[in-house]
Amino acid sequence: MENKPSATLVVVEHDNQSLSVDTLRALSAASQVQQDGASLPVTALLVGHQCSLVLDELKCVQGISQIVVIDAAEYQHALAENQSTLIAEVGRDYSHILAPASTFGKNLMPRVAALLDVGQLSDVIAIESLDTVVRPIYAGNALARVRSDDATKVMTIRSSAFDTIDLSDSPVVENVVTLETVINAEHSEFVSQQKAESERPELPAANVVVSGGRGLGSKENFALVEQLADKLGGAIGASRAAVDAGFVSNDLQVGQTGKIVAPQLYIAVGISGAIQHLAGMKDSKVIVAINSDPEAPIFQVADYGLVGDLFEIMPELLEKV
Amino acid sequence: MKVLVAIKRVIDPYVKVRVKSDGSGVETNNVKMTMNPFCEIAVEEAVRLKEAGVAEEVLVVSIGDTSCQEQLRSALALGADRAIHIDVEQSPEPLAVAKLLKVVMEQEQAQLVLLGKQSIDTDNNQVAQMLAALSNRPQGTFASEVKVEGETVLVTREIDGGLETLKLDLPALISTDLRLNEPRYASLPNIMKAKKKPLSVMTPDFFGVSVERSQQVLEVMTPPARKAGQMVGSVSELVDKLKNEAKVI
Repeated sequence: MENKPSATLVVVEHDNQSLSVDTLRALSAASQVQQDGASLPVTALLVGHQCSLVLDELKCVQGISQIVVIDAAEYQHALAENQSTLIAEVGRDYSHILAPASTFGKNLMPRVAALLDVGQLSDVIAIESLDTVVRPIYAGNALARVRSDDATKVMTIRSSAFDTIDLSDSPVVENVVTLETVINAEHSEFVSQQKAESERPELPAANVVVSGGRGLGSKENFALVEQLADKLGGAIGASRAAVDAGFVSNDLQVGQTGKIVAPQLYIAVGISGAIQHLAGMKDSKVIVAINSDPEAPIFQVADYGLVGDLFEIMPELLEKV
Repeated sequence: MKVLVAIKRVIDPYVKVRVKSDGSGVETNNVKMTMNPFCEIAVEEAVRLKEAGVAEEVLVVSIGDTSCQEQLRSALALGADRAIHIDVEQSPEPLAVAKLLKVVMEQEQAQLVLLGKQSIDTDNNQVAQMLAALSNRPQGTFASEVKVEGETVLVTREIDGGLETLKLDLPALISTDLRLNEPRYASLPNIMKAKKKPLSVMTPDFFGVSVERSQQVLEVMTPPARKAGQMVGSVSELVDKLKNEAKVI
């Protein structure tokens, strides 16, 4: 039925200097798009400006058969308006188009799908066959096995579900194609970007997350959470209750309506464990709960639970880790 | 300026979602339903634009069965002026939703379309971007700040690791993130007034849009449950377990 070749296109996320880790994970997902036990050929699509360092990195990725590069000033800021048109144009020749489910991919890919008049499979956590994937719904409280009957499968890949792909020490990809297609982002203009100045890692990418809840009692006491996060090189998070109480700003909220995280270690301090919150962190590898209430629901999902007074436990923990 | 907001009826975020035993979906019978939280933020932003004199009319649309009129009335109680219910039995896929909204956007000549960044049921995060593509207009997704300036809108977006500001020509599409505003509660007089505000009902046929599905949900599963862990007696024991058993610090 389909007359296009079976091949996978991976849209590369980068900052014109280096590849994002999420891209390495999306590339590993691409290797799982398989027919008769063999991966479909993978093309990496690099769109940017003065991004030769990224190209050098890409050439060292194992399992890529081709790299397509488009380098123009118009593509410096990864605007969705022109990049989606470009990706849809290149993507017409592919059966699968993948990108990381980061804010980059989430912003861009539905636009690509709509231009191709197909649906999108968002936040894919497993690729079962050429047309069937598994993705979380209801903030991960349920999983859906979904089959796409579209001619092109457009999907974003949830990073925490895939390992990074292997890199070689020296370049292994020889087939590099350069295109000159320049499309202007009409009606949209980049103004500025503020990257968070914090030394702490970003919540979705952190290996360790220390979150605080209402049990901390005040904005001042939230410093205990920050100190522990800093000691462990982790990010800080918060429950909705802590945000509503004004302890921290909304962008730190972990939960169904906030950020969804899956770090190696999640430490919940003074968080009771409302469903809303659990939905945002229950896929963490190891969960530690510290709470004064032994009946708190958070203990039902915790690998290690410690009941007691936070203001005695936290200083001691800070000293001992 | 006319502002169009689309809203979705979803299971309340504080309800524990249960997967049906036959794997066909999640239990929605006798479950508390509400307006999707991100849509609520979109309604609030539209109403604030009207209160600030930037918008003249706030039109709210919902696509679903008759029950979503309840959420449309909520939006009217929050300050929207007029509602359209597009009557469908089953919630259409995001692309079909975008196609329906495109027709409404054109017919109404909406200058600004505000949508929640995602619904907390299907978690797709697609409609605003798809609608922007289909109407060939600019998009500001995951907005934490919106400033209309003449024929343009400045949108500050929440991106991984920080914020990005874009300047978009109107008409434009904006999807809302959590930090954009804190939605108000509807007052009783406004709830009463909302009952008299106009609400029209239409069908997808009217818009000439097919709501046929291209994706089939084969099975809905309960994710593997976490095993009950262990309680530790002291900080020292906890640190020891994390170092030597879990090996995470």
